[in-house]
Amino acid sequence: MAAAIARFFDSDVWWSFKRSPVTVASAIVAAICIIGAALAPFIAPHNPFDLASLNLIDAFKPPSWAEEGTAEYLLGTDDQGRDMLSAIMYGARVSLLVGLSATLFATLLGVSVGLLAGYVGGAVDGLLMRICDVQLTFPSILVALLVDGVVRAVVPREVHDQIALFVVIFAIGISEWPKFARTVRGSTLVERNKEYVQAARVIGVPKLRIMASHVLPNVVGPVLVVATLNLGLAILAEATLSFLGVGVPPTQPSLGTLIRIGNDFLFSGEWWITIFPGLALVAMVLSVNLLGDWLRDALNPKLR
Amino acid sequence: MSNTAPLLQVKNLRVEFPTRRGTLVALDDVSFDIAPGEVLGVVGESGAGKSMTGAAIIGLLEPPGRIARGEILFAGKRIDNLRYEQMRRLRGKEIGAIFQDPLTTLNPLYTVGHQLVETITTHLPLNPAEARKRAIEWLEHVGIPAAAQRIDSYPHEFSGGMRQRVVIALALCAEPKLIVADEPTTALDVSIQAQVIALLKTLAREKGTAMMLVTHDMGVIAETADRVAVMYAGRIAEIGPVREVVKHANHPYSAGLMASIPPLDRRVERLAQIDGAMPRLSAIPQGCAYNPRCPQVFGKCRELRPDLLDAVTTRAACWLYDTETARG
Amino acid sequence: MADATPMFEVRDLARHFDVSRPFLQRLVAREEKRILRAVDGISFAIPKGTTLSLVGESGCGKSTVARLSVGLYTPTAGAVIFDGRDLAEARALADQRRRMQMIFQDPYASLNPRWRVADIIAEPIRAFGLVTSHSAQQDRVAELLTQVGLSPLDRQKFPHEFSGGQRQRISIARALSSNPEFLVCDEPTSALDVSVQAQILNLMKELQQRLGLTYLFISHNLAVVRQVSDRIGVMYLGRLAELAPAETLFRTPRHPYTRALMEAIPDLEMTGRERIPVGGEVPSPITPPSGCAFHPRCPLANDRCKRERPELKPAGDAMVACHAVEEGRDDAMPMPAIARDAA
Repeated sequence: MAAAIARFFDSDVWWSFKRSPVTVASAIVAAICIIGAALAPFIAPHNPFDLASLNLIDAFKPPSWAEEGTAEYLLGTDDQGRDMLSAIMYGARVSLLVGLSATLFATLLGVSVGLLAGYVGGAVDGLLMRICDVQLTFPSILVALLVDGVVRAVVPREVHDQIALFVVIFAIGISEWPKFARTVRGSTLVERNKEYVQAARVIGVPKLRIMASHVLPNVVGPVLVVATLNLGLAILAEATLSFLGVGVPPTQPSLGTLIRIGNDFLFSGEWWITIFPGLALVAMVLSVNLLGDWLRDALNPKLR
Repeated sequence: MSNTAPLLQVKNLRVEFPTRRGTLVALDDVSFDIAPGEVLGVVGESGAGKSMTGAAIIGLLEPPGRIARGEILFAGKRIDNLRYEQMRRLRGKEIGAIFQDPLTTLNPLYTVGHQLVETITTHLPLNPAEARKRAIEWLEHVGIPAAAQRIDSYPHEFSGGMRQRVVIALALCAEPKLIVADEPTTALDVSIQAQVIALLKTLAREKGTAMMLVTHDMGVIAETADRVAVMYAGRIAEIGPVREVVKHANHPYSAGLMASIPPLDRRVERLAQIDGAMPRLSAIPQGCAYNPRCPQVFGKCRELRPDLLDAVTTRAACWLYDTETARG
Repeated sequence: MADATPMFEVRDLARHFDVSRPFLQRLVAREEKRILRAVDGISFAIPKGTTLSLVGESGCGKSTVARLSVGLYTPTAGAVIFDGRDLAEARALADQRRRMQMIFQDPYASLNPRWRVADIIAEPIRAFGLVTSHSAQQDRVAELLTQVGLSPLDRQKFPHEFSGGQRQRISIARALSSNPEFLVCDEPTSALDVSVQAQILNLMKELQQRLGLTYLFISHNLAVVRQVSDRIGVMYLGRLAELAPAETLFRTPRHPYTRALMEAIPDLEMTGRERIPVGGEVPSPITPPSGCAFHPRCPLANDRCKRERPELKPAGDAMVACHAVEEGRDDAMPMPAIARDAA
């Protein structure tokens, strides 16, 4: 393990990371977002969901540096008197959870389909890739809306609120797996014909094992890049769904929910209720995307 | 060769590659001349620096590689410090280049006729109609059947061997004085390879074109070149007339290299082999780079790097030919 | 040589590939199906402990034969027989599959870049369950590495830490790890530098003597083939032009293509010598010429050669597929310089 860490710090990837200030800055921003979100229950100044601590007198407080602001609420409060900073941290937690889960789901599904299509080929490949093609003709937000709509129509309202989070994860994940499938299929087609795979076939290693132990480790590089870039997209997709009011349940507001709520007050002067969640969303997505861009370049030997 | 002034002079050429682990010296102290009409073969194992020497001459070193020291003179004038645009003009007109893969030289979007005519009109005082006539002549010259019809074909419509002939026509049609050919026959089958070598030889002789022929195939060199330079780890190990280097190499490395080529005319129980491998550029040993593999190594080889020394028939970078060492 | 069953045999082996464009495009363009006859009816046998080489230019089908021989492709027609058993039947049995291995051309692609050398070499050992305990497995890997001239300490490294020649040694160690008796070597040295090529060829010959291996050796390099082979088959467009004991082939090549091929090789002994190269190029295997596939390039071709495909027939201790040889017209084509010099 120590050797692996030493190897990482000696690797070209780490070297190109250190040399790119934008990347380092993105990594720091992303780290702040992730730590802030993950540890929200422990480090947030208030608990925005603790109804007992909410005080309507504190509603619509502007940020602390404004004239009427107080140091207690750094970024001000919303119409319910909730601390915006804490709400953002809790909201980012939901956004990140949905984004990561949806990306993980899309990655697992896409990688499996791509490996299978690329390695087995023939009719299996044809069928799976046509499904991909069809799905890619629909905008992913439309697919997500469709899935959400169908679920809403099928299950009763109380049940829906309980499973809403999973529905969103599923809806976003299912709308984004074709990208992974295509990437993996392309790399698999290249790897499948390499001689080390043929050498394994000569001794009769079963197909599934070749895919898992030979092909998969050699196609993860591009997958990692697509997954990172996709994380930003998934977070945005969730925010869009929540903004449209079909995303996560209102009991667990995400950044998108916060923006929607704040939107109503944007033109009545309480701009901070929507602007700060918006900025948090931009920071999170931008930093993740910049990291993804860097990763793509760092893993591409042609650009080095 | 003769006492005419050399067409190309490479003097103490040093090419460096700055990397994050320090600067790699890819070529070090490489010096040679090519006379007008002469064919110089450059051989060596992969990574020895033979292709890079060619690239440095035609001004196409891949960045971040750069010439750190030394001079390249073409017809008496320095060309290593020319600006890109000047070098490009020189490359089309005075120095022709042929690479291993014809597809990298030919533009797939234009017919071969278009590409030939463009090159000819750029460099020779001919109008398009005359240039087209000249282009057809060149295609006939390099052995493309029905040249007048095929001139309007696209590169992909030619087979591999035919494509390499088109590249040769393209390199020669501006009538350059020097051709740098980097593994021109490696991608071809033996029977086609023989045709292309014969063609290059004839053309060089007829037009008096000088040629630098870079290849790992000693057979090709033996048949085509007048002189040969053997490269090892970024330096010239030995340079001399082809017959001498092939049959009576003086440097232990060239001797080992020649001996390890499987003979075609007999079966041997065990091929002569050089143990070990050429060092990586990042780990070139002190002294003579060949010393860890050399069967004739002695003390001095491990400490000091030999320059090219007179070795009767050739010049070899080997302490065996140091007069002082020999005396002592 | 007198062993009753050969280690390996192919009979009328053929493999065709469908290289047509997709169905819809073909329909629109009104094209026929395009069939590439990569291997089109060849037969040979390799006695135990000997080497048979197949030589030819690119597209002659020699690599396809290599892949057919270990079951990476299934034959379109004909039979592959491994030690008296049909190959498909033999490959269904682990203890038979263990006996055949393959060495590939590209030392940079034949080792999984993500695996350590120890795991690469041990893969066959594990796949066939030859050694169960981890320590015995490590010992075996160390022994194999030593056998191919590498250090047992190398097992912890990754492939990118080795040079081309060392990687080819690792490939050989891996191939040997299942104690095979039959090795298919597909251009094992053509990606290597000459001095390294000599190392690998010597190693392969040494291992053959020590372990009694049987080789099917594929190469485009006649000089290499001469050093390793007992018998040599010359392939042209998916068929055998000539099949002869190695020395016979080089002393008295009979088929005009064999002669042309030998004449085409630039040789060290030939500084400044003029050669008359054979004209033309290898035709496409999708639309091969009628009759004898070599007839458009053959100086001895006549009407019969254009019409009728020659079969492999005995000529001395060789087998030659040529009407001119059969009719005794082959004296009209001079022997190549190499054969002349030897005589």
